[in-house]
Amino acid sequence: MHTVLTIVFILLAGALLLSFVRLARGPSLPDRIIALDLMSMIIAGMIAAYVVWMGQPVLLDAVTVIAVISFFGTVALARYLERRPTDED
Amino acid sequence: MKIEVISAVFLLLGAGFMVIAALGLVRFPDLFTRMHAASKAGSLGLGAILAGVALAYPTPIVIAKCMMVLLFVFLTTPIAAHMLGRAAYLLKVPFWKGTVADELKDRYSDDRETLSSESK
Repeated sequence: MHTVLTIVFILLAGALLLSFVRLARGPSLPDRIIALDLMSMIIAGMIAAYVVWMGQPVLLDAVTVIAVISFFGTVALARYLERRPTDED
Repeated sequence: MKIEVISAVFLLLGAGFMVIAALGLVRFPDLFTRMHAASKAGSLGLGAILAGVALAYPTPIVIAKCMMVLLFVFLTTPIAAHMLGRAAYLLKVPFWKGTVADELKDRYSDDRETLSSESK
């Protein structure tokens, strides 16, 4: 199990690095937002693998929080990009 | 012993799908194809990793938490991708040069508020 988890962590770190390349290069702002969304998903996966590594199922709450924050962050940024007139204007 | 092997397979599968998603994010030519890679392969990878965790600790509370996160991610990732795709389309992010169909062409009103079924 230990060896498998080491391989999983190396793969996830590589994925994080690849999506960071898109975050740095991304020609448009939506590209960067997608990269951030995927990065938060990868980090949630890393914490989930860390649960097995440490034997601490309490850390699954952190996975929930990161999933919620990534969703609301993406939706907020998409609304900001769309610049729809709201009721207040 | 055996359930541990299944759990390890799920964890490796999830990490592999995450790598595929990140690779697609770097290699695909335009925003919309990149979005397709990141949201689908990414959520499948997270789902496989969570399934691996649930199999490694098969207690009711761990399985319930994993199911909760899984349900939330599978419900919200398409919504986020849809909103971001619409925002990018309205911002006129350029398509890949090999794109063959644009179903939404000329169907948004000038104030970008309503979408009609006929092109204007």
